[in-house]
Amino acid sequence: MVADAAPSKLAADRPRALTSLPLRAWLARRLEALAIPVGAALVGFLLFGLFLIALGKSPLQLIDIVWRGGFGSPFALGNSLQRAAPLLFAALCVALPARLGLVVIGGEGAIVLGGLAAAAIAPPLAGWPAPLAIPLMAGAAALAGAVWIGAVGWLQAYRNVNATIASLLMSSIAIALANHLIEGALRDPASLNKPSTLPVGDAFMLGPMPVIGVHWGLGCGVLACVIAYLLMDRTTLGFAARIAGGNVKAAQIQGLPVGRLIVGFTALGGAFAALAGYFEVAAVQGNANGTLAAGYGYTGILVAFLARQNPLAIMPVAFLLGGIEASSGLIQRRMQLPDATVLVLEGLLFLVVLLSETLYGRFKPFNPHLWTEKREAAAAGGAA
Amino acid sequence: MSDTPTPRALGVETIGMTKRFGAFAALEDVSMKIEAGGFHALLGENGAGKSTFVKCVMGFYAPTAGSVLVDGREVEITNPKGAQGRGLGMVYQHFTLVPSLTGAENLVISRADAPAILDWKAERAALAAFMEGMPFRLNLDRPVAELAAGEKQKLEIVKQLYLKARFLILDEPTSVLTPDEAEEVLGLLRAMADRGDLTVLMISHKFREVETFARTLSVLRRGRLVGGGAVGALSRADMAAMMIGERVVRPIAARVGEPDPAREILRVVDLDATDASGLRRIAIPDLRVRAREIVGIAGVSGNGQKELADVLGGRIRAAGGRVVVADEPYTGTRAQSRARRVRFIPEEPLREACAPRMSVAENLAFRAFDRRGDDPSGPPTFWLDRRAMTRRAKDLIERFKVKTASSEAPIATLSGGNVQRAVLARELTDPVDLLIVVNPCFGLDFAAVAEIRTRIVTARNEGAAVLLISEDLDEILELSDRIVVMSEGRLVYETAAASAEAGTIGRHMAGHH
Repeated sequence: MVADAAPSKLAADRPRALTSLPLRAWLARRLEALAIPVGAALVGFLLFGLFLIALGKSPLQLIDIVWRGGFGSPFALGNSLQRAAPLLFAALCVALPARLGLVVIGGEGAIVLGGLAAAAIAPPLAGWPAPLAIPLMAGAAALAGAVWIGAVGWLQAYRNVNATIASLLMSSIAIALANHLIEGALRDPASLNKPSTLPVGDAFMLGPMPVIGVHWGLGCGVLACVIAYLLMDRTTLGFAARIAGGNVKAAQIQGLPVGRLIVGFTALGGAFAALAGYFEVAAVQGNANGTLAAGYGYTGILVAFLARQNPLAIMPVAFLLGGIEASSGLIQRRMQLPDATVLVLEGLLFLVVLLSETLYGRFKPFNPHLWTEKREAAAAGGAA
Repeated sequence: MSDTPTPRALGVETIGMTKRFGAFAALEDVSMKIEAGGFHALLGENGAGKSTFVKCVMGFYAPTAGSVLVDGREVEITNPKGAQGRGLGMVYQHFTLVPSLTGAENLVISRADAPAILDWKAERAALAAFMEGMPFRLNLDRPVAELAAGEKQKLEIVKQLYLKARFLILDEPTSVLTPDEAEEVLGLLRAMADRGDLTVLMISHKFREVETFARTLSVLRRGRLVGGGAVGALSRADMAAMMIGERVVRPIAARVGEPDPAREILRVVDLDATDASGLRRIAIPDLRVRAREIVGIAGVSGNGQKELADVLGGRIRAAGGRVVVADEPYTGTRAQSRARRVRFIPEEPLREACAPRMSVAENLAFRAFDRRGDDPSGPPTFWLDRRAMTRRAKDLIERFKVKTASSEAPIATLSGGNVQRAVLARELTDPVDLLIVVNPCFGLDFAAVAEIRTRIVTARNEGAAVLLISEDLDEILELSDRIVVMSEGRLVYETAAASAEAGTIGRHMAGHH
């Protein structure tokens, strides 16, 4: 054992190094968590630029359009933020189970079911005071999502069914079920061309937030991210979940209730995703219809991975991707590109981000244990 | 295939075979000669170097020094394929067949020269002819998954013969077979060896098997060849003595005080359990560990120790019977282990007891992160106290001399000894009533071993009941007050450490009761 060979040398090395080492080490680790995803995103954009050049389009023009369409004016900013709101919730549906080591990709289904549940419960509540009815609608949505994605967790924890596959299939079932109900039992007879549920009614609709002018889903999404962060990083529950995600065997040996943790955190993720659907219904659409499955659940996966499953980092990433999606119409019209272009960009980003996962722990400047290893080796060499 | 002349057995010899992993010598200067047509048994305890030896011969490992001679000519074997090309084959303890394919398909795809497009009609005819010359009758048209363990083992052997192996290495071939199947398979192989068609080198723990089927044997201990000879010339006591060594049970100065006969901390009653695969079953009618007592469970790997540990650690549920800790049923929940001060230290701490990518400080907090101050009985706290976590970690790192770049480094960056130190630091800081440890020193260097054993004895001296499950008989002999031997899922022999005799224990470990 190299390290054991020369304890005296190492000890002699310590006092001098200790003064600055912890701070530098702390900084280095934080920097790694920032530099690798940002670097990966840049590579993704670069590849997309090459893709555009291959199509004979100008990447610079694209940047200009994304800036104007997504961020350059108060209107564009509002549009981006409105699109960021459901992404916040959808990303949490990926990030929370990810801490337990599960890759859940079925947020889209939870969004649709959440929206549907909120829209379905609204007509019977007609006439109730809004402060009572609004939480009930949100609660119904959250419950639907929690049951749906919680079931995925249950299948994984107690029946060893792969959560990734289960969530994808459950999502398809949810969307099919919602379509069936929207076009059948819950259909508003007045909705002719675009099958929809009955409108939730103006009394239960949410207005814009003051100052920003974007609907309350954004504020609640930010709040949800902060809550998720506190839960994950500041509570013993979150820590227990991370132990289970880090090594199930170790968690079992510590007597932690691994199964309940998995069900609990997947259910919470599902509840968050479902709230995205609730806000789409109660703040944007006014009823539940086919546009609930607009792909926020899938973009949310990308957001969560770009943010490295960190709830705080989800916020800026969701804003960025919300902006890109907001400018997608403009990209189509100005650059004569198909509407799948943004999907190409998102796919490239996803690929590069997944590849970048293999880079952690490899760069010496970011990894304090590599610094000392060299010292120890040198010390051992000296001793030998 | 049947019209080619019968292949002749190969003789294999190693000269000065040495394999080092870092400073650790797994194999030291082993020269062994196995005559063509011989049936040679390789004996030794776990970690004696048997597997390392055959892996060097088969080209899995590049030996640090030494050479291999096949039929008297030195050959360079750098990978298993090269070994196959020279007529050397090996059957592993675990099956290597593709379960969803039939026997015939498994055989054909294993061939190095299998064509890209198979002419199944021709292959089938060739296989039928080949099977004519085989000692076993096997149905090659059934998927391997449907075969019984014995048939799979036969198919593994047939596969090696099909690949034209004329020197066959068997790694504990009968561990998955019933006694009758073992008899049949080994008998047929012995007959092939006697005809001069095949040379067999068999790794085994079972003296009876060795005596019945092998002609010659070698014994390895701690990487060195310590003896051997013709099978008839050695008694079981001789073989056991060679395996175990001239060991006297060392008086252990560190153990202070006698076991407390009045306080039975752990009681296992009529326990019946099977592992997740349902293949390994353990049945333990009665096992007790008292306060200030170390009970060592000795046994050859895979005789139910892991399953016993999993039940005690709460990872598998017992089908029947009870585990009782401090007079109350115990299933390994966090609340129970906390209230009754039970600590469990599994084997391979990095894989079983740590989250490799979490920091040392976080890993050190696994036991106490949700505890309210020093009060173990209170409900878990809600908020995580990171400052206290870091403070505790620094204190533990200091006290247990864990060598790490910082408390924030991922625990996977630590050496094996330091990971084990960290796990012990986490588990042994508070008063312990029951400590369950599994192979605590596996793969560690001598300094770490001495230190870790001292910690275990110290816990005992302070009044803990200790259940030590270990495949290292030295460790059991050195630490235990009482020794129990586990074999095939049962406790087959018990003795006080004071009157323990390594040879007797070794025989019981090998399945002779």
